[in-house]
Amino acid sequence: MPVVVELILLAVAAILVIYGIYVYNRLVRMRNWVREAWSQIDVQLKRRHDLIPNLVETVKGYARHERETLERVIEARSRLLSGSPQERMQADNEIQQALKSIFALGEAYPDLKANQNFLQLQEELTTTENKVAYSRQLYNKTVADYNTLREQFPSNLIANMFNFKEEQLLAIPEEERTVPTVKF
Amino acid sequence: MLYRQIEQNRRKTVLLVILFGLLVLATGAAIGYLNDGDPVTGLVLAAIFLTIYLPVTWMSASRQVLGMAGARPASREEYPQLYNIVEELCIPARLPMPKIYIVDDPSPNAFATGLKPEKGAVAFTTGLLERLNREELEGVAAHELAHIRNYDIRLMTVSIALISVIIVLADIGVRMLMVRRGGSNRRGSNPAILIVALVLVILAPIAARLVHFAISRNREYLADATAVEFTRNPVGLKNALRKIAESDLDVQKAKQATAPLYFASPFSKERKKRRAGWFDTHPPIESRIERLERM
Repeated sequence: MPVVVELILLAVAAILVIYGIYVYNRLVRMRNWVREAWSQIDVQLKRRHDLIPNLVETVKGYARHERETLERVIEARSRLLSGSPQERMQADNEIQQALKSIFALGEAYPDLKANQNFLQLQEELTTTENKVAYSRQLYNKTVADYNTLREQFPSNLIANMFNFKEEQLLAIPEEERTVPTVKF
Repeated sequence: MLYRQIEQNRRKTVLLVILFGLLVLATGAAIGYLNDGDPVTGLVLAAIFLTIYLPVTWMSASRQVLGMAGARPASREEYPQLYNIVEELCIPARLPMPKIYIVDDPSPNAFATGLKPEKGAVAFTTGLLERLNREELEGVAAHELAHIRNYDIRLMTVSIALISVIIVLADIGVRMLMVRRGGSNRRGSNPAILIVALVLVILAPIAARLVHFAISRNREYLADATAVEFTRNPVGLKNALRKIAESDLDVQKAKQATAPLYFASPFSKERKKRRAGWFDTHPPIESRIERLERM
């Protein structure tokens, strides 16, 4: 083989290797972003997990008849920190539904509404829920970008070679898809 | 859209600084001429002033603006909900947490300042915190974070810091003219050039007003739209605008120069208008609400 051809082959091989490294690094970077986005949700779920017992304790004293709602929250809380991301988000969603009725108790029990502790917990749980919602948007966008790169040609060759697994989107619960209603 | 806005804001800031420099040089020359018929001395003094003043202003502009507005730092202990709201919105806005300030004023309003997103600051009046519920505060905070993200804050902060000195300079010029007219005329100077100088002194504050046009009113529509993109909820922002329009109070420390900074016009008279006038700093609240309704 003439030297020129050898050099060309070598150059092509070098370009392919460089491209491979580039795609590999991008995949790694994006997979880390996905993990980072999830860990942001995780932090908030843990915080909710810690806040709920306080809330239950506070509400118990005022609203003895609301046992069922409180038990529902406690049950869902026990599933908050284990299982797949999707399962944990499901548990969080159930908590969110139950919390809505607990916060509404403030209207039925004026003493509860005047309780500083109750108000503080309500605010803390609201902010964690909002952070979960915003982080989930971020998470889903990151996952979508990662999955696209993973499936697209030719980057999918590298992804398959190094076994980059598909990441799951976090489904948005039905009631959140509807347009928010006017609140006064 | 957003990237174009950022690019535009950066360009406009540079242009503004250059225009300011030229204006100060011209004013210096004019005042120098008025004083002893020699524009060169004034020009040189103005140039020396610029080389010191511009960097100092750039470094301290954000502090200057916060000072002019009478803002004090807010602590997390004192305003936990406000901290929570801003922290939440930093997630979709992809911004680092800005500093939070409070303005003790019963008129509901807010503003953001800073030279870059990493050094952003948002300020809320106590009137705003008292009147608005959580959902509405979220809307206003998202709007301010939108200003931070698209670099509106840099253009706004630099222009306000520069405008305020133009007004001071023009004032000095006017006084010099008065003194000259009253004092003994040592030697006769060319009346034509004297008139030019006079025009320049009059023109300076007008030029300052014109800067408001550079900060296009459309920025508010864009920030509203971006805010809804963050919160996914136009209702809070809409109700906030309604409540602010209802208020009859002016923000006490707001001046003509700092007016464009605020969430809605700090002057209640302007807030009640239905149509935008030439010199208005904000689009009418009605049309902002209308656009939000169409989302």
